[in-house]
Amino acid sequence: MNPAFIKLFYLLAAVLFIVGLKRLSSPVTARSGNRLGAVGMLIAIVATAVFTGILSWTMVIIGLVVGSLIGLVLARTVKMTAMPEMVALLNGFGGGASALVAAAEFLSPTSDVGVGAPFHINLTVGLSVLVGAITFSGSLVAFLKLREWITGRAVTYPLQKTLNGLLLAATLSAIVWLVVQPEAGWMFAVLAGLAFALGILSVIPIGGADMPVVISLLNSYSGIAAAMTGFVINNEGLVVSGALVGASGLILSHIMCKAMNRSLANVLFGAFGSQVAQIGPGKAIGDKTYREVTHEDCATMLAYARLVVVAPGYGLAVAQAQHEVRELADLLEKRGVEVKYAIHPVAGRMPGHMNVLLAEANVPYDKLNDMDQINPEFERTDVVLVIGANDVVNPAARHDQASPIYGMPILDVDKAQTVVVLKRSMRPGFAGIDNELFYEPRTRMLFGDARDSVKKLVAEVKNV
Amino acid sequence: MIAELVSLLVVFVLAMFVGFEVITKVPATLHTPLMSGSNAISGITIIGALIVAGRGDSRVTSVLGLIAVIFAMINVVGGFMVTDRMLEMFKKKPEEKRS
Repeated sequence: MNPAFIKLFYLLAAVLFIVGLKRLSSPVTARSGNRLGAVGMLIAIVATAVFTGILSWTMVIIGLVVGSLIGLVLARTVKMTAMPEMVALLNGFGGGASALVAAAEFLSPTSDVGVGAPFHINLTVGLSVLVGAITFSGSLVAFLKLREWITGRAVTYPLQKTLNGLLLAATLSAIVWLVVQPEAGWMFAVLAGLAFALGILSVIPIGGADMPVVISLLNSYSGIAAAMTGFVINNEGLVVSGALVGASGLILSHIMCKAMNRSLANVLFGAFGSQVAQIGPGKAIGDKTYREVTHEDCATMLAYARLVVVAPGYGLAVAQAQHEVRELADLLEKRGVEVKYAIHPVAGRMPGHMNVLLAEANVPYDKLNDMDQINPEFERTDVVLVIGANDVVNPAARHDQASPIYGMPILDVDKAQTVVVLKRSMRPGFAGIDNELFYEPRTRMLFGDARDSVKKLVAEVKNV
Repeated sequence: MIAELVSLLVVFVLAMFVGFEVITKVPATLHTPLMSGSNAISGITIIGALIVAGRGDSRVTSVLGLIAVIFAMINVVGGFMVTDRMLEMFKKKPEEKRS
């Protein structure tokens, strides 16, 4: 078969990807869209296997089977609360695969890449390895941070930016070297090693709550890496699909940065949240005092409210309290209370994290309101339940110019009649700053594990 | 050769614009599935992995190709399946239509 015809299959796959992504614009059609994408991928894989003249089937079949099995087990067993780790890991595998393809292509004696190839081909190899390896190691660090196998805080040390800058310069020099002298195979290993180190060192200074941006960006990188590999093996299928993913990740990164009122550069290099003021439970800062509420009183407030808004944050995911929250909402709704959810764009550890958790607990998606929808409603809200959210509800962002989060759009929960904050202790949030919301006269603190607290609230509401 | 590269670059830039157009319409509530789904699409690098692994021209490249196929397949299968799992949860009929 003429190899040009294979490109038609790749074109078909790309069209299916685009239509599939388009169908993600509504929760009703989203599932079918994802399946269209999967069909596109199947077409691309089968066309490649059948028409590109594969000689050594052993490796191909072992790879397909092993990879599919691992993917299947991961997809089936991962908890919804662990979705950020899962996506970070998948990003890493995608980027790693792209780098490996470029590497194999460069080292292969029969390909037209590597020794004897024109400089621009070897340049694409270098870039592909660079982006792919950064994606791989960066995603692994993000994964470890999210799992809390290493500290989730920003890790900083003196001259960090200078060292990273030097490392980047060294990596780019290695690419130039390879382009000029492709015979130097050892330089290839150096390049891969430098890029790998760069991925680790550039993600380490980024703290936990900035993870939504990092994951989005790594998502974008994994697409760019695939597109770069497309340049290496001269394949439009990879270039188109990679570009789609690259664009998607960039848009999400931009949305996340805007939701924090920070530039991408500030997120990547700002080492936000490396310092935390340590405040034990029950200790107010200075002369400020806060008021506690009992589960019983809180349940009474909820039961006699007209409108209750739940503002969830990462703490909800940590405590895995989404099912209990839904149970509480059901009970309240039976009593005629209206319940809504206020979702800040950067609540949680990845874009849309809270939505997925609440969807898992069967909360209908039309009750999930984003910030612009819900903010005008807080004035007529009787009770806001802040569950494991902190910086995204800190009113200092609106007026305190000295605050590190000044200017960040927040959920205006302080405008409600009463705010109940479910929290483990008075410890400040990710930004390492105290939250003045806790000391407002209309705020009540409900200390304890979010899941236990909500369970107790459920029991108390039943008794009201 | 350079002509091929340039035409690929044209395709790349245009595809980025298509991506921007399509993705901006995805609502915030679906951002996690968007991410895992688009992530699965970036597993398209499986094509390259299959070609490299199937060529079998040297031990080193075969091993690199094998690892690449495994990585890419984890990305593809894991990505699409976990997205499907999530979207199934979103499928539930809303109790009232949002106007």
